[in-house]
Amino acid sequence: MTRLNHHMMNNVDDPSRPPDPHSHAAHDGYDAHAVHADGLTAVRGPRTVLHGLDFTVPRGRITGLLGPSGCGKSTLLRAIVGTQANVTGTLDVLGLPAGHPALRTRIGYVTQHPSVYDDLTVRQNLDYFAAVLDPGHAAAERRHDNVTRAIDDVDLTSHGDALAGNLSGGQRSRVSLAVALLGTPELLVLDEPTVGLDPVLRRDLWNLFHDIAATRGTTLLVSSHVMDEAERCHRLLLMREGRILAEDTPQALRTRTGTETVEAAFLHLVDEAVAAGRAKETAR
Amino acid sequence: MTSTTPALTAAPAPTRALSAARTTATAARVLRQLRHDPRTIALMLLVPCVMLILLRYVFDSSPRTFDNIGASLLGIFPLITMFLVTSIATLRERTSGTLERLLAMPLGKGDLIAGYALAFGVIAIVQSALATGLALWVLGLKVTGSTWLLLLVALLDALLGTALGLFVSAFAASEFQAVQFMPAVIFPQLLLCGLFTPRSRMHPVLEAISDVLPMSYAVDGMNQVMRHTDVTATFVRDVLIVAGCALLVLCLGAATLRRRTA
Repeated sequence: MTRLNHHMMNNVDDPSRPPDPHSHAAHDGYDAHAVHADGLTAVRGPRTVLHGLDFTVPRGRITGLLGPSGCGKSTLLRAIVGTQANVTGTLDVLGLPAGHPALRTRIGYVTQHPSVYDDLTVRQNLDYFAAVLDPGHAAAERRHDNVTRAIDDVDLTSHGDALAGNLSGGQRSRVSLAVALLGTPELLVLDEPTVGLDPVLRRDLWNLFHDIAATRGTTLLVSSHVMDEAERCHRLLLMREGRILAEDTPQALRTRTGTETVEAAFLHLVDEAVAAGRAKETAR
Repeated sequence: MTSTTPALTAAPAPTRALSAARTTATAARVLRQLRHDPRTIALMLLVPCVMLILLRYVFDSSPRTFDNIGASLLGIFPLITMFLVTSIATLRERTSGTLERLLAMPLGKGDLIAGYALAFGVIAIVQSALATGLALWVLGLKVTGSTWLLLLVALLDALLGTALGLFVSAFAASEFQAVQFMPAVIFPQLLLCGLFTPRSRMHPVLEAISDVLPMSYAVDGMNQVMRHTDVTATFVRDVLIVAGCALLVLCLGAATLRRRTA
């Protein structure tokens, strides 16, 4: 049913989409999807982590990627960012194949563990990453403004001169997030950005995400294994054991499954999938 | 917001193999990291000096031996220090996720490697200047050739150390392993480089092995400067071999940096 929805949406939203999937880099502006996957498979060592996923992520919205730990969320995000090896199938990001060099300035990526230099201050960390994104003397002033704004975005202005290694876990992950906000990316890929944060901070970050999506038109893809975060997303990808279980809005998921919460909807869908799997096996 | 700061998205700076601005930014970042770690800087700069002083008085009654070993050590210290520092620093970069982040950004692999080489090259210059100055003017090391040539060899040795460190860090899963690569990679070269006994007097098999180890040429280069007033053909050969090895290993190191990882 979700699949049907998704194909209908494709047609309704995007009648101008060219039929040849390989030509749409030239038609970037027509592409309503920030990410489009078709038969996406990823293999890590002997294990297939992603099993032929088909999904889309709409532009300018917050899409939540939800599922239990170890279901392949991080691998999927790494594939989208272009750092995952052994990925097959179609995966287009902002109208280009994932991992295309031109995407490196257009995507902001936050890994699950904060990837910042502990032996630099918050500002020095951001200064360096800003220089990588926008190098040269001519850009110095713009870089300074970008860095100041990014620090302000994550509410760390009073900690600008603190060593990243001396910050708390939550503060360090916000430094990592600030790095991704440099340079106004079109797509923000955030791997469990709110894990281990206190409720106030979590609320503040979600407000920031919504603010970024609304005012900057940024597409956000946020993973989480905490189901109550699902309600804060415009759209959800529910994932389990390397497969997409459902792809819809939180409201539609609840209505469709006749449940009160996304968590209940998820459990309902898991039971359904398990039952369907059993039925298939007995039919054999 | 997009309309006020579109500069980055409108004209994304291309990723080239090597960009001067990104390389210097990386070098500045590495040096800034070190500046927050004054103890490491002190150890890097002072330990070679202390060793030279120690050596001078170990060979108190035979200054000739001190001349020989001292000059060799001026080439070996920068190699070992930079090997250790680089292997740990790049290992940290790999394990902390910053490498993955950088390679998902428009940073060329060459930028990263050249940045490290540049930063540690600067440290190596300071370290070598201190050690050479101390050896020459305080401890009375006798050098026939130019001090500048000593510094040149020391700098190339440091680059070789940086290159080797960068390369082996790809094969180390932890800091424990990275440190163990020191004896594995450096000690055999130390034993065979002619520091303890001239290479020509070793077992022929060992001599042949020492012929293909870069440290042999690093030490030989130092000894050339010590004994000859002008630039000898052997010195030029030594310098070219050390520089070539450093470059080769740096390229191998670049090959170990993967944008896509499993």
